[in-house]
Order: sequence, then structure tokens, then C-alpha cells
Amino acid sequence: MIELPALGWQSIVIFVVFAVSLLIATYCTYAERVIAAFLQDRVGPDRAGPYGLAQPLADAVKMFTKEEFFPGGANKALFVFGPCLAMITALMSSAVIPFGNNISFGNNAFFLQGIEVNIGMLWVFGVVSLGVYGVMIGGWASNNKFSLLGAIRAASQNISYELAMGLSLIAVLMISGTLSLREITIQQSIPGEWAMWNIVRQPLGFIIFLVCAFAETNRTPFDLPECETELVGGYHTEYSSMKLGLYLFSEYVNIFVVSAVMSVLYFGGFNFPFQYELRDWLASSQGWELASAQNLITALGTVLLFGKIFAFIFFFMWIRWTLPRFRYDQLMRLGWTILIPLAVVNILITGGLITFGVIK
Amino acid sequence: MQPLTNRAKKLEKKPMTLAERAYLPAIFQGLSITMRHFFMKKATVRYPEEVRPFSPIFRGLHVLKRDEQGRERCTACGLCAVACPAEAITMVAGERKKGEEGLYREEKYAISYEVNMLRCIFCGLCEEACPKAAVYLQADKMAPPRFERDEFIYGKDRLVEPVDPTKRSVRGIQLTPEQAAALSNKMAQQPA
Repeated sequence: MIELPALGWQSIVIFVVFAVSLLIATYCTYAERVIAAFLQDRVGPDRAGPYGLAQPLADAVKMFTKEEFFPGGANKALFVFGPCLAMITALMSSAVIPFGNNISFGNNAFFLQGIEVNIGMLWVFGVVSLGVYGVMIGGWASNNKFSLLGAIRAASQNISYELAMGLSLIAVLMISGTLSLREITIQQSIPGEWAMWNIVRQPLGFIIFLVCAFAETNRTPFDLPECETELVGGYHTEYSSMKLGLYLFSEYVNIFVVSAVMSVLYFGGFNFPFQYELRDWLASSQGWELASAQNLITALGTVLLFGKIFAFIFFFMWIRWTLPRFRYDQLMRLGWTILIPLAVVNILITGGLITFGVIK
Repeated sequence: MQPLTNRAKKLEKKPMTLAERAYLPAIFQGLSITMRHFFMKKATVRYPEEVRPFSPIFRGLHVLKRDEQGRERCTACGLCAVACPAEAITMVAGERKKGEEGLYREEKYAISYEVNMLRCIFCGLCEEACPKAAVYLQADKMAPPRFERDEFIYGKDRLVEPVDPTKRSVRGIQLTPEQAAALSNKMAQQPA
């Protein structure tokens, strides 16, 4: 049997998660264009390969072969560092997301999760807030007023919405009592009990989190930082070739990560209804080993988690091609005078419900 | 003032209601509209693979017709060139020699006949002017895009119908054999 050192399996999981998130981000560009087309009664890119499935490859070739442009007076080191940082932070946050329950074969048992840390949620928050540095540095290093304006918008928008996001998350933490994403997931489905997904206990908190997630990933209706009608291209005005590609790419990786976080926090993560019943039925009356039944449940749960993630990604794109962009003052008013008070009210309600034992 | 139509809608600037200020109902309305469009029939025609159906009276690429015995009908009278408002047609007339009776119907024929497709406005006046029913604008064929300007000057090699009658269409239009078969099937099914 294969023997790997203590973190061997985890490093394989991390590598797979890395590859999968890049693959998903690649095909998000394709999905975005096809979904945009379908919502506008068109068919989208269909020339490269069957159904246009090679379109991301064609885009990558285009990006890599374009001229590498450095604006005059730009800080070259920071100009290159900006997109790298954006990409690194986008990829880092997926390390703590539990993509599946435990898998065991032979003497090996491991979780389908990069690293299990008891501050998982804090890690995601910390890394996501680092992401604004990528935008800010890129915008500043471009030596262009449009880039700088876009970067400042991005920074202020992300900071404002992170507050409401954190506050809406506190209500979840009050219920779960832990920051570990795996713990939060497992708590949403307890064998033999009617344990519900957090969306049932936290509908208001979910809506606040969703709106903030849109703002955090700079997606429409909150894509002010790259508002092309006012700011040319926003913070990536001066970027070309694959450096621009990295910025666009990191946006899609962010969408993937934030969709995964929302699925884990509010939609039960890798849990699905009647999973324990199914496992016990397989083990008792179908003659399966308990371990292999558990492996099957884990695999199904992972597939379903990705289903939830894809549903969220679709929702992101659906929203993008439906809603117009907010004005900047409307954006700030929504963040500071509506979402933050709402999140505080949500905390109060949750606290009251916990105190009176309605939810636990 | 008297309104011109009765469709004028009076707008009042009222403070927004709570539902309007909460954005969410309007957002769901918008989402349902876009989702409806997601499942609608797509307007895209995947040209070259699909071609939008032409109108039966569409005036496309010219064709120089042959008669029942496969002889060229055109006698190079020049009426089409005179009628042409865009001055797209030029021709050189020649005399039929002995032994060429199977090629040309009249004693005079066109040695060269050129249509400049960049000048042509596809008005169909040449078709109306022709006394010999020799020139027609095909209903299902267009002058395709090309890279060089001189490729748009169509000579007799590209304008005259093929000699083989099976390669011609029943409607006097150059069709592919499959298209011609499909068309004749369709016409056989519909009693005239």
C-alpha cells in the first residue's frame, strides 16, 4: 500500500484544488460569454472546437502572444507585482475550504481539504482582504489617473463591504461556535437529527453575505473599480497581455472561492439530505463495507458541493447580465447605511433566538 | 394642449415605497425577465453553416442563361449595359462562325461579358431590359466576399450556366445537385 508522510495526502489535495480552481476559472470565462449570449438571445462563442469549448485556450494564446506594455513613468517592479499578488491571494484562500468529507483506503485516511485550521474563516477573510492590495498596487504603479481612481474605488468599496460581510458572518459563528469551516459544515448535518443548513437559520445573513460577496469580487452591480464608462478600464487600464489576463483570471478564481465559501457556510457544504441513511442502508442491507460506503458518500458530497458552487457561479453571471451598475454614492449608501445596520439587527435577532432556545 | 394620441402616460414623482427602496422585488423581476430570455429561441444564424432563407424574389448574383438546346441566349445587344444605372456591365460582341451553331443561338454573340459586382447595385434593370431572356439575377446566390478587387469582375466563365442541364436548377438558378434535387422534390409535392 502507498505510504505517504503526514501531510502527503494533504499536499496532493492542495495541488488538485489548485488545478481545479484554475480549470474552473478558465471555463468561467467561456461560461460567462455563453451565459451572456444566452441571456441576450445569442449563442456565444462556438467557433473554436465543439460548442466553442476550446475558446479559453484560444484566449490564453491571444493573451500570451500580445505585446507586453509598460507605461512610461510606471514603477516596473510594482507594475508586475500587482497582478501576481491579485492571483496569489485569489488562489490562496481555497486552501482551507473543505471540498469533501473523509476518505479512507487501507491505512490511509484523509479529508478532502487542503489544510484544516481552526481559524478557517479568518484565513479566508484575511486573504480576501489582502486581494485589494493587488488591485491597489496595480492601479498605483500604472502612473495613470484612471487606474488610480479605479484602485481607490476598489479599496474603499472592499473595505466598506468587508465590514458588513464580517458582521453577517458573526451571526453564523454565534450559531456554530467555531471558525473552522469543516466544523461548520459538519454541524449542518448531524446523523439522526433534523439539522438544517444554515440558510434556514440565517436567511437575512445570507442575503447580506451574498450582496457583500458581489462587492468583494468586483462583480456587477458593484463593478465600480473597472467601470469602463467612467474609468476606461479602471485599475487594469494600462495592463496588457497576460498581466491583464491574471487580473481577469483572479476575478474568476475569487468568484469560485466566494461561491465555495457561501456553499459551505450557508448551503451545507458537502452535506446532502439523507446521506447517513444512504450510508447505513448500503452498509447494512447491501453488504458494503462501512468505509467504502463512507467513501461513496464523500464522493457524492464533493460532486454536489461543486454543483452548488456552479449554481452560485451561474447566479453571479446571471446577475451581471441583468442589473445595471450602481452609482458610487448609491454603492456607499447601500454599504454603510443599509447593510451594516441590517447585519447588526441580524446579530441581535440571532442572539435573541439563541437566548430563548429557538435555534441552537 | 390637446394630446396627439391617447397613449400619453402621466408620471408623478412620488417618494419610493418600501418595496421599491428595498431593491429586491425589482431585482427578482429583472432576473425573471433575463431567465425567460435564456430559454428563448436564439436569433443567431450560424453563417456559413446555416444560411438565412432568401426571399423568393431576392436579386442576387447574375446568370447568363442557355436555351433548351444548351446554346447561349445572349446576343450582345448591349441593352442591359445601357439600362444599367451603375454602369457595371461591359461586353464585346462577335460574329458566330460556321460550326458554332450549337454554341450560340443567334448570329451575334458576346465574346466577353463582364459584370463588376462592386459597381452592381442588384436592381434587376438588366433583367428587365433583356429582349432574349438571357440575363437573370439568381434568387439564392450572392457574390461572395473576396480578397482582391479584380476578383469581383465576373466574366463569362463565372456567369454562364453550365452546359449540362442536370447541373442547372429548375428555376434557372445555379444550385448544387443536392439543392436542385431537394427543390424538385418540393415542387413535385406541391401541385402547381
